[in-house]
Amino acid sequence: MRHKIAWLAGVAVVALGVGGALAATPADTFVMAKQIDDIITLDPAEVFEFTGGEVIANVYDRIMTFEAEDTETLVPGVAESYAVSDDGRTITLKIRQGLTFHSGNPLTAQDVAYSLQRVVKLDKTPAFILTQLGWDGSNVDEMIKAIDESTVELKLGEDFAPTFVLNCLSAGVGSVVDMKLVQEHEKDGDMGYGWLKSASAGSGPFSLRTWNPNEAVLLEANPDYRHGAPAMKRVALRHVPEPAAQRLLLEKGDIDMARNLSADQIQGLEGNAEIAIDTHPKADVWYLGLNQKDERLANPKVRQAIRWLIDYHGMADSFLKGQFKVHQSFWPSGFFASLTDTPFRLDVEKGKALLAEAGYPDGFEVTLDASNAYPSADIAQSIQATMGQAGIKVSIIPGEQKQVITKYRARQHQIVALYWSPDYMDPHSNADSFARNPDNSDDAKSKPLAWRNAWEIPEITALTDAAVRERDAEKRKEMYLDLQRRLQEDSPFVIMFQNLNQTARRSNVQGFVSGPTFDTVYYRLVQK
Amino acid sequence: MTAAPVSGGLWGRRLAGGAGFLTSILLTFFGLLAVTFVIGRVVPIDPVLAIVGDRALPEVYERVRLELGLDKPLWHQFAIYLGKIFEGDFGTSVLTSRPVLDDLLRFFPATIELATLATLVGTLLGVPAGVVSAVHAGRWPDHVIRIVGLIGYSAPVFWLGLMALVVFYAKLGWVAGPGRLDLFYDGLVPTVTGMMLIDAPLAGEWEVFRNAVDHIILPAGILAYFSMAYISRMTRSLMLGELSQEYILTARIKGVPEWRVIWRHALGNAMVPLVTVVALSYGSLLEGAVLTETVFAWPGLGRYITESLFNVDMNAVLGGTIVVGCVFIGLNVLSDLLYRLLDPRTR
Repeated sequence: MRHKIAWLAGVAVVALGVGGALAATPADTFVMAKQIDDIITLDPAEVFEFTGGEVIANVYDRIMTFEAEDTETLVPGVAESYAVSDDGRTITLKIRQGLTFHSGNPLTAQDVAYSLQRVVKLDKTPAFILTQLGWDGSNVDEMIKAIDESTVELKLGEDFAPTFVLNCLSAGVGSVVDMKLVQEHEKDGDMGYGWLKSASAGSGPFSLRTWNPNEAVLLEANPDYRHGAPAMKRVALRHVPEPAAQRLLLEKGDIDMARNLSADQIQGLEGNAEIAIDTHPKADVWYLGLNQKDERLANPKVRQAIRWLIDYHGMADSFLKGQFKVHQSFWPSGFFASLTDTPFRLDVEKGKALLAEAGYPDGFEVTLDASNAYPSADIAQSIQATMGQAGIKVSIIPGEQKQVITKYRARQHQIVALYWSPDYMDPHSNADSFARNPDNSDDAKSKPLAWRNAWEIPEITALTDAAVRERDAEKRKEMYLDLQRRLQEDSPFVIMFQNLNQTARRSNVQGFVSGPTFDTVYYRLVQK
Repeated sequence: MTAAPVSGGLWGRRLAGGAGFLTSILLTFFGLLAVTFVIGRVVPIDPVLAIVGDRALPEVYERVRLELGLDKPLWHQFAIYLGKIFEGDFGTSVLTSRPVLDDLLRFFPATIELATLATLVGTLLGVPAGVVSAVHAGRWPDHVIRIVGLIGYSAPVFWLGLMALVVFYAKLGWVAGPGRLDLFYDGLVPTVTGMMLIDAPLAGEWEVFRNAVDHIILPAGILAYFSMAYISRMTRSLMLGELSQEYILTARIKGVPEWRVIWRHALGNAMVPLVTVVALSYGSLLEGAVLTETVFAWPGLGRYITESLFNVDMNAVLGGTIVVGCVFIGLNVLSDLLYRLLDPRTR
């Protein structure tokens, strides 16, 4: 017993003694809590994850870019200007003069050419954004060339819309790396790949100080950035996996911003004068995929019926409030060639009638694969309820996200609920997957979404191929609008929502920019 | 003539015993790794997907699949893995893109720190509580201790952790919030053991030490409560068993003071099985308290293994499994040694 009392006393003394050591974040440091365990690399030739994409967007400057001041307009970044040849097969980039990397090395046309060649040669996941332009390991040294210190010439393998090519150069793979520094760390001809995974060699507003996996990413301001030094000397992303803990840290002032709060946590913070909530539209579209190998789901009347059996607005106004908006075409709204019509709403009678026409007056039983996390699980439950009203008995198969995708890629699902986010801000990025299926055989190498749902569409595939080659921007826009209408009316895709992202910040923090994609998130304008 | 065979026999027996012990350890490890490996391969998640993502071109996908050796039969993959382990190569983690060994050296000390502190506090509180409970069995001190224990035993540790954060961190401000250190102190102390509570004093950084203490109190407290609940319950039942024995009656008749009967005679005997209880509880904490680590953003082993498993990052999972295996074998050996110290019959 005496032990116990002594211990309690000891614990109490320690607790009270150190209680005063808490402090707000330093004035020159911007601290965010975020789930950052998705980062597996910080090499711009390989990054394809949300948090990693965000980090390199702040560390590297890209050839073409969306600036923090206007995240919806594509402008030259490291390039000062570009020119497209008359035949559309050559793009000439003029590189800005006087730029330097964090290392102090000057940024030249050689660095730009090297950066692109490096992506193609390393051939990691995001390399397809460049290799689809007709570049590969054997021809890239010929096709991409620095002509002099300030000029890079890009030769294209096929006819492509210039807007499409420029959009591709604004992706993470368009980041310019410090050739000299990277080559100093080359090992066994890996072009610095082993080293750059966890280091930085850029010219962006921040440089990477440390990345401790599952703990934190620390960035340091680059005083020589081309738009001037960022106001914050340091930026920290702290890995806080539990959203409730993020909320507590924010309320306490130990962080400046919480990035992963759920809708109800956001609601709980409303009315707190010290905390402000921001909503940013994002570009992910959430949809149902109906496997066309299932003869019931291949019936156009059934595909129609399901479109009328989803409570789009009911969900968006309740448990998805503030985090999703109703959106029913495959390219998100707010960009070039977006289709914003939302013709479908919950109408059980209409759904029933269509099912009866299809020959299923009593409905049928079907499975729905969905991730077991918020909000997929909640969406699946709502769909189960409304489809049930028309007699379609849905049994939900919950799983880890990667498990659901594995099954989907093997075409073993019946209905799947998932989302898709564009890889670069051109409608082709989504059309390429939703509306293109060049080979529907079971052992096809490429597995676009249309293939995964076994949707045989030679005609629509041809339309998509034509759209990416159309050089007249107005005509091109019409072609994408037409494609979206076709898929909206009838396809195995029931597109439901576009997501919004909500962040909660201390009200003294200003200037955090969260653009439509995961890699148009910028820290350089942050002030507090 | 007679001495040699006898001593030879003794040595032989010792050697045989040692060899038997080693074989059983090796077999345990082999079994552990084999089972984990098979589980990792039957999980319905494509390991290539975890590396290249959903959008990779087919060629990239195929190349990584070959790099991982997934085209080979399962036993072959396992043999390759075992071969590498023997060379001390645990492979590279997909999730952190660092050598698994480096990861383990970073994450495991964080867990050791937490688990040791929690077990220490849990034992120091749990054993006396269990004794008191047994001595006053059926009366109010017993009821109070058992109810407190029951809450610790049955309340979800996840919820308990959040509530503790709300009260002690958010409302009262007595302790620091989630995380191992305030960001400001991160990276100030050179890594020696990887345990903040040791490294900070070694470097003479008392500010960092205070901050580390500030951060560890809550998670360690929660886990200590949890292990206290378990240990006090076990102590209680062991003590009740001992107190009804005849030697206790004898001692009392002999006129031995009551405190001596309880704390020395009865507890002395209950101590032997208690060692196993504490060791097991310590072991399960060293395995990593996933939920507590998640709530408190504690970069520990449990979360590392769990997150790796969800991403079929098998090198990391297997590396973690080896560590956990070592922990349990080590604790077994340790409690065997303690047995001998505590139980006079084995001397």
